[in-house]
Amino acid sequence: MKIAISATGQTIDSMLDKRFGRCQYFIIQDTETGEVETVKNNGLTSEGGAGIAASQQLIDEGVDVIITDNLGPNAFEVIERSGIKAYKCDEIAIRYALEKYGNGELLEIQESGPAHHGGH
Amino acid sequence: MDLVVLSGKGGTGKTTIAAALSELAQEVTRVDCDVDAANLHLYYDGKGIAREDFYGGKVAYVDKNKCTKCGHCERVCRFDAIENFKVNPLACEGCGACILVCSQDAIALKPEKDGDAYITQLDDGILSRADMEIGSDGSGMLITLLRRNARKYSNDETLTIIDGSPGIGCPVIASITGSDAALIVTEPTQSGLSDLRRVVKLARHFGIEPMVCINKYDINEDVSSQIEDFIGEEGLQLVGKIPFDDVVMKSIHELKPIVYYEESSAAKAISNMWGTIKRMIF
Amino acid sequence: MNIAVLSGKGGTGKTTISTNLALALNANYIDCDVEEPNGFLFLKPNIDNTKKVMVEYPVIDEDKCTDCGACVDVCQFNALASTGNGILLFEKLCHGCGACKIPCKYGALDYAEREVGRIQRGMGHGINCSRGILNVGEPMAVPVIRSILRNLEGRLNIIDCPPGTSCNVVTSLRYADGAVLVTEPTKFGLHDLERAVELVSMFGISFGVIINKDDGEENIVKSYCEDRQIEIIGTIPYSDSIAFAYSKGEMLYTTQDNRVIFDSLARGLGEVLEWT
Repeated sequence: MKIAISATGQTIDSMLDKRFGRCQYFIIQDTETGEVETVKNNGLTSEGGAGIAASQQLIDEGVDVIITDNLGPNAFEVIERSGIKAYKCDEIAIRYALEKYGNGELLEIQESGPAHHGGH
Repeated sequence: MDLVVLSGKGGTGKTTIAAALSELAQEVTRVDCDVDAANLHLYYDGKGIAREDFYGGKVAYVDKNKCTKCGHCERVCRFDAIENFKVNPLACEGCGACILVCSQDAIALKPEKDGDAYITQLDDGILSRADMEIGSDGSGMLITLLRRNARKYSNDETLTIIDGSPGIGCPVIASITGSDAALIVTEPTQSGLSDLRRVVKLARHFGIEPMVCINKYDINEDVSSQIEDFIGEEGLQLVGKIPFDDVVMKSIHELKPIVYYEESSAAKAISNMWGTIKRMIF
Repeated sequence: MNIAVLSGKGGTGKTTISTNLALALNANYIDCDVEEPNGFLFLKPNIDNTKKVMVEYPVIDEDKCTDCGACVDVCQFNALASTGNGILLFEKLCHGCGACKIPCKYGALDYAEREVGRIQRGMGHGINCSRGILNVGEPMAVPVIRSILRNLEGRLNIIDCPPGTSCNVVTSLRYADGAVLVTEPTKFGLHDLERAVELVSMFGISFGVIINKDDGEENIVKSYCEDRQIEIIGTIPYSDSIAFAYSKGEMLYTTQDNRVIFDSLARGLGEVLEWT
């Protein structure tokens, strides 16, 4: 199973980024191999629809679970349709976010947060 | 806490009021989101502490050496942006349809610099603003960037006052979404009332119940009372009525926010209004 | 001849000048400030023709779609997403560019239309009036502006432009042969006028300035125009009675004093833009 977390830095000691569509990186852990990979967020450089671009990237990466603070309405719609589960977590180190997820301490995101319209 | 100042109609006094409120608020972050006509910074000296390039949309470029003038690109473009095998950057929306039909691989999209974003340090907080390139698109994106930049210097408790742009389109939507409160500055004219109706509808469309103030209310008290009727019917909050005051013109000429003119009746009304707004938003 | 009336700053008097000049010149009045069209409040035409402005958006035939994502890859606006459970469309992000159909190998993608605004026409004060109106909640005004200006007819059209200097105004100027820049004699007015001058210069069309709410004195706008050798078409003095008439939605041209002002501006406009 692959878990993606919105992150401010490139290692699992960096902090979770509260923004989803406009976070710097996604840190992706493969729970079977334990391997951790860092990818730059495509949403960061996209014009509008950053949340959609970021969601698309994670779908293409074959991610099963997303951990972030909240999802905008567009990202929420894409993630929900794709069947990926999203969980809410505070601004803590990625390492602890993964731990909390492993312990079942994170709540699933059931609805979208406020929009941050990217503009045209 | 993001408070966005809107008007629908231009020239009703958004910038005057946004500047005045930000002086009254003291600890405050200012964002000038009227990027087409950014005037808020003219009030302040301040010290520039950050600058970044803003890239909005992309624009197509045709490589003349590869182009065989087949004309496929001209026909596919929905924006009439290619004429005589040349791209008009002012019309190109950067969709890339032309690239998809070019058999010669002669067209590419290149990012277009659309402006500079600045952070200016003032005595009581920062100002996030931009110089947008003339004729560029992407003002909504630029506004999103300015608000994001402002957040780096604020926390959840900091009051952020956003000077919005006129209209109801993309830039206004970009300044409303994610804001916690909106103040609409209207004026007692038929245009002011008509535009007020549209911007109220827009704010509600994006889930914000706006506050309203009538600037220069005594220019036409009949229309002012029509506006008050509308506010009543809609169940909106009228938070201030600001009289017409010559001192406002003087303050614009002297580039000093109106609250620094003790004799000003407008300043007194704005100050009272600030008391009301504070009670409503905090 | 299409004459665009614009200003960097909002609320300088574009609509007042456009509507009254159109009357003075017996020209057609075209309101392109589609986010907040106000010209009809003054000209009060009988609207006898309303047309919807439609934009295209992609529709996916789920029977044919394999969710391959080729359409998603070419969309520059992130208006499409491939979820593994079908393609999702975000219509407010779609520019209607038609790119997404090009790479679809399965013939699964076609276009439908949705309304983003309206165009209304009618006669008011004896002239042809038309306006575009953007539906509230729609972010993109350009399709409405383009739709009203693409099919302009007639000898002389006065185009009341949106405020600012970005895409909405650019679209309006693409159809203009000359321009009137409206400003007021304040530092804000001058700052925004400088931007408007720069914009109009990019189009290489002739233009002149009208100073509204003029104090009759030497001021920063006049000295700027002199330095830059920009023609001043004329001025409108600051007056409480003009402000009051405006507030009620009255045409200024219907009173004798104001008629003189606008007849003089109309003559000045003819000289500066040199039309025959």
